[in-house]
Amino acid sequence: MAHGAGGKATRRLIDGLIAPLLMRDAYDAHESLGDAATVDVDGAAVAITTDAFVVTPLRFPGGSIGELAVNGTVNDLAVSGATPIAMVVSFVLEAGLPTNVLEAEVRAMAQAAACAGIAIVGGDTKVVEHGKADQMYITTTGIGRRRPGLVLGPRQVQTGDKIIVSGPIGDHGITILLARGELDLEADLRSDTRSVLPLVEALIFAAGPGVRWMRDPTRGGVATTLNELALDSGFGVHLLEELIPVRAEVRGACELLGLDPLHIANEGQFLTVVAAEYAEAALAAMGERAALIGEVKSEPAGSVLVTTGYGGSRIVDMLVGDPLPRIC
Amino acid sequence: MCLAIPGKIVEMVADQATLAVVDVNGVRRRVDLGLLVDEHPVPGDWVLIHVGFAMSKISEQDAAEQMRTLRILGEDLAAMEEVRGYGLESS
Amino acid sequence: MRFVDEFRDPEVINTVAEEIRWLTDPGRRYRLMEVCGGHTHAIYRFGLKDVLPENIELIHGPGCPVCVLPMGRIDDGLALGRQPEVIFAAFGDMMRVPGAHGSPLEHKARGMDVRIVYSPSDALKLARTNPDRHVMFFAIGFETTAPSTALTLMRAKAEGIKNFSVFCNHVTIIPAIRAILDSPDMRLDAFIGPGHVSTVIGCRPYEWIARDEKRPIVVSGFEPLDLLQAIVMLLRQIKGRISIVENQYKRVVPWEGNRAALAAMAEVFELRPFFEWRGLGFISQSALRIKESYAQWDAERRFDVAGVRVTDPKAAQCGEVLKGVLKPVQCKLFGRECTPERPVGALMVSSEGSCAAYYNYEHRKTLGRQPATV
Repeated sequence: MAHGAGGKATRRLIDGLIAPLLMRDAYDAHESLGDAATVDVDGAAVAITTDAFVVTPLRFPGGSIGELAVNGTVNDLAVSGATPIAMVVSFVLEAGLPTNVLEAEVRAMAQAAACAGIAIVGGDTKVVEHGKADQMYITTTGIGRRRPGLVLGPRQVQTGDKIIVSGPIGDHGITILLARGELDLEADLRSDTRSVLPLVEALIFAAGPGVRWMRDPTRGGVATTLNELALDSGFGVHLLEELIPVRAEVRGACELLGLDPLHIANEGQFLTVVAAEYAEAALAAMGERAALIGEVKSEPAGSVLVTTGYGGSRIVDMLVGDPLPRIC
Repeated sequence: MCLAIPGKIVEMVADQATLAVVDVNGVRRRVDLGLLVDEHPVPGDWVLIHVGFAMSKISEQDAAEQMRTLRILGEDLAAMEEVRGYGLESS
Repeated sequence: MRFVDEFRDPEVINTVAEEIRWLTDPGRRYRLMEVCGGHTHAIYRFGLKDVLPENIELIHGPGCPVCVLPMGRIDDGLALGRQPEVIFAAFGDMMRVPGAHGSPLEHKARGMDVRIVYSPSDALKLARTNPDRHVMFFAIGFETTAPSTALTLMRAKAEGIKNFSVFCNHVTIIPAIRAILDSPDMRLDAFIGPGHVSTVIGCRPYEWIARDEKRPIVVSGFEPLDLLQAIVMLLRQIKGRISIVENQYKRVVPWEGNRAALAAMAEVFELRPFFEWRGLGFISQSALRIKESYAQWDAERRFDVAGVRVTDPKAAQCGEVLKGVLKPVQCKLFGRECTPERPVGALMVSSEGSCAAYYNYEHRKTLGRQPATV
């Protein structure tokens, strides 16, 4: 189960087994898979991405599995430096799923797609035995056109570059945790699921030449995404704790449950690394909730270090599995 | 052991003498006040919460006094630094 | 957050750190043990070692209830959980602790009904809402947590709830501290006392440490300013060559403890003659079991418990690390065979275990102390 949580176990499964076998020549062991791959189609650089969406409950404050599926696909393409064009959707449905539940998701997806400016052009449906699909699993494949002239990736990152997040972190994961009802917590929180395409476009427009890297920190949180950056770039990622935007309720839930917001999933935010001289322009373009949270340095190589206002620091690692509440 | 967090009692739960709704930075949970029967906590009080039970009533007075003590420490240190700067100590 | 943020004020932290430097004699080392795992976690989470002078050594004590639980107890609990009508309920802290046949989470992946609860009262609620199942709550914790389990059992009895039981692994802190002080390899100057345990037992139970063992002990809160202030108080005692019990965490810890909490514990629990502590061996009168009057809710009496004893692999040095004799990094398995991902011992699983805390927060720090800038 830890293998699906987005952290270390997931990475090992992909890097160690799946990618080398499936991708062969295309697989570069020194660079973790970005959010989308690029395929050359008669000279056109086409970005292609795929994702699976598994969430309980299906509907939650701020969204539903369908919206996650559309926005998630759009976002993967957007942060890969591509303009999303189209996607196909595959449903695996648990036998006995009420039709109106499926219909609600399909409508939600249509709306999200229209909002995000991506066309859903096809799909597939399979029904499996009761008990085999947690009501509904959705997988998507999306394609987009790579923006010319944009070179992104961990290899572009340099020391001195600044790290910017588009908005407060942890909203989605805590919303889901609360929505499951097992912890008997209530808060006025919603998933942040949305398309980040408009912000990405604004960023590229304002700071294009300075943008080195972008990712959306979904499962595993900002910590996992930035750890991957640190590992792939060979640099140290430094964050200043007081600059990291976290909503009061997310903070409250995390303090209560002993969780770190950096490990909590987001569905409507993205991280970017930009050259220092472009940081101001980037921040302005990314909206009022965006925040400059850190800097790339040479040490500690391969790790993420968070420092407090009084100079105390700690390493923040990828989690092994899902974040678990603790009482100790 | 012991993750315990301060929270504010928002309201008592109807029909439950020892259950209250407590707010932690906008997150609410029912908390059992059964261990604080001697202290008669009421809405507006702050309590320390551990595993869904209130362990202690938080004394705002003691908290304020602690911060005062610590801040005075800062002033004392600053004063000592200043005196040292006068160069009056024999080496 | 009120009663939290003010105790994380960077300016005040800097001045208290300055005071600490003033109070330390550069010619000597100060060995302070924080007993409580929550303090270990706080020290790493807040990066407090970065603001303390080099010659203050913080030694991590055995106050981690997950870490000191012998593997056999987990196996016993999981064996009970395997019965089809049983719902195995436990705190998140227990979920990744390895038993001989896997952790609770791994058992869950293989089909066992395992639920994470935030409170023992949530486990009781599960029993109310699942009348055709039996909910077994795997209880852990020191005196901080035991009263909540006790009160929950009292409620279960009062409501006549029959499908609920507790597998009780509560332990007490004083015998653990005694075991530390009795350990021949121990060289300690003073103790940072467990703040939340003390909300229940008060400060009196520590008097023998100051009086007979001549070690200062300051009961401390968990925010950066609490720990730093406690260290100031300890250093002042050391400088003044006195040893007394002091309460730094006054806003929350009553000197006499919590009468109602102690009464609930006395109503439901009694001391086991002895209990095995991982790494510390058998300690007498150090753990709680459920009294006869609550036998119906005692999982050990409701069900057949095998009483499995599992010894740690010889190479694992959990015991020495638990006692603070070895640092995590000095254990031969640290970072190699034993990591948070594949933990050999519980010290690597629990987020407040010294090995996990060190591995997660500190291990790869190669920075010197640099001012934070962006």
